Amino acid sequence: MASRHDTAAPPVKEGGAAPGRPPADADTERAMKKRARLSRRWQRDMRWSPYAFVSPFFLLFLAFGLFPLLYTGWASLHQVELTAPTDMSWVGLRNYTRIFDDDFFWNAAKNTLTIGIISTVPQLLMAMGLAHILNYKLRGSTFYRVVMLAPYATSIAAASLVFVLLFGRDYGMINWALNAVGIDHVDWQNDKWPSQIAVSSIIVWRWTGYNALIYLAAMQAIPQDLYESAALDGASRWRQFLHVTLPSLRPTILFTVVVSTIGASQVFGEPLLFDANKGASGGSQHQFQTLGLYLYEQGWINQHLGRASAIAWTMFLILIVIGVVNYVISRRLRASS
Amino acid sequence: MTTTLTKPPADAVPEPPKRSRGMKAARAGGQLHAGPVAYVILALFTVISLFPLVWTAIAASRDNQRLAQTPPPFWFGSGLFDKLEVAWTDANLGEAFLNTTLVAGISSFTIVFLSTIAGFAFAKLRFKGRGAAMLVVIGTMMVPPQLSIIPLYMMVAKLDWTDQLQAVIFPSLVSAFGVFFMRQYLIQALPDEIIEAARVDGASSWRVVWHVVFPTARPAMAVLGMLMFVQTWNDFLWPFLVLTQTGNPTVQVAVAGLGRGYTPDQSLIMAGALLGTLPLLIVFAIFGKQIVGGIMQGAVKG
Repeated sequence: MASRHDTAAPPVKEGGAAPGRPPADADTERAMKKRARLSRRWQRDMRWSPYAFVSPFFLLFLAFGLFPLLYTGWASLHQVELTAPTDMSWVGLRNYTRIFDDDFFWNAAKNTLTIGIISTVPQLLMAMGLAHILNYKLRGSTFYRVVMLAPYATSIAAASLVFVLLFGRDYGMINWALNAVGIDHVDWQNDKWPSQIAVSSIIVWRWTGYNALIYLAAMQAIPQDLYESAALDGASRWRQFLHVTLPSLRPTILFTVVVSTIGASQVFGEPLLFDANKGASGGSQHQFQTLGLYLYEQGWINQHLGRASAIAWTMFLILIVIGVVNYVISRRLRASS
Repeated sequence: MTTTLTKPPADAVPEPPKRSRGMKAARAGGQLHAGPVAYVILALFTVISLFPLVWTAIAASRDNQRLAQTPPPFWFGSGLFDKLEVAWTDANLGEAFLNTTLVAGISSFTIVFLSTIAGFAFAKLRFKGRGAAMLVVIGTMMVPPQLSIIPLYMMVAKLDWTDQLQAVIFPSLVSAFGVFFMRQYLIQALPDEIIEAARVDGASSWRVVWHVVFPTARPAMAVLGMLMFVQTWNDFLWPFLVLTQTGNPTVQVAVAGLGRGYTPDQSLIMAGALLGTLPLLIVFAIFGKQIVGGIMQGAVKG
């Protein structure tokens, strides 16, 4: 240990050191005093350094996480303009009544829900299947795992811009392929469901591989003897998957559902960049405007930061409700297993 | 989603044992060799994963006229390097790369450092309020950053930090995930005896961190650093709000600016998207195995 010569001596060492020393002279007294001082320092160190180690995280989190979160609630009760973000005038709950009266808010809420479902459900189901396959003994398994992560390495911006072209109505690759199998041109920009599917597909593309790896990791942690005893009971591979794999993955599934739900409630970049009109309304009829995009439109295009805060705080409350529901479900699941 | 979750676990009804061949196949569990069907599905997913990226390059190598024809191009044209050059200058990408490297470097370095010492305290040190503090950390992982952007924006406006990199750097210096990740790693990777031994030798807590924790945590620190680098590199919403394409952009802001600008040149946009993606793809090609390992490692414990 490089710290062998260090001055800070722990109390454990006291009394144990140098038993054969001649007693009672000035030197020892000084040494004892020094030892006492070091021991005090030692105790201080033991007592306070844990706090020193965790405090930078909490200070930064307080400044850039908790305080802004609470202040968003405060700002949502004020009228704040983007052009003068420090001038706030109290309006009570008016921002909330304004957004609840706005059809586009409800439209955005519905779109967030449907895009969330269209993107999360297939993504997690495919990830599960993919993980199951990757869990076989495979030639080149590392290659497949890395390849599945390539979309994750691609940014939202780059992915969205490519998908705009792939989903082009007249010259896009996807319509061309659909045409080849006899399906007529789909208007991926302007029709409601096609546009939501297109936006969702960006999310599915980017995250399926990542989630597959998470499921795969959890699958590999399942003890083999569970499968062996299931096999001894004569369970087919499909039944093994249903009765061994899935129950063991339950915490992981819950984790990915929570993370994907939070992600889905925040969708912003994909619909922003997918819009061929380059606005923030999520298509000419707001057909794929999400809450995140609506927040941006209210705050930064219409310049009402107070109203945007009310939207953010509403999203926060929705997330809390989702969190509580998730908690209840997971407790029930734990109780039943 | 929830319906599949709430389903109570059906008891595995034991069936009479089948013939021995079926038994053998079933007994192998997850260790069975993959059949041809598995490889076909994997090949399909490989194509789907890579095709949009390859096609970005194809589209960037073609001119706009060719992109407005059916069928769309399937192979590279000759214009790739010219387009990349134009995109590089048009989108201010040189500066953007420098900026992003700076931002992602500083924030991932800080996150790794702070997460390691905090994770060590949570994993191995005893202190009052440890359990409650850990719960707060886990709770913060669930709070999405989008909910905080408005006050942060007000702060940036007040400090006059618009178009300055510190506006992006400061809010990205902590990661609750990082603390959690390092804690989980250190709990099992760092034996209590080693810490005890260092203490007996008279090491202060800082020395323990420096000479015991950091060397032990190095692999996890590398993984966390890579994950955080990728995350900051690809971060979009917040940089998009406080940086402008012409001012002091990150790569994502520059690329998005190219897409949202008024250039009708699709292949130019694709060239920009390709340039913005390439560095990370190269990193993944080199360190893919480690990154995969890191994600899987974090997953089991998460």
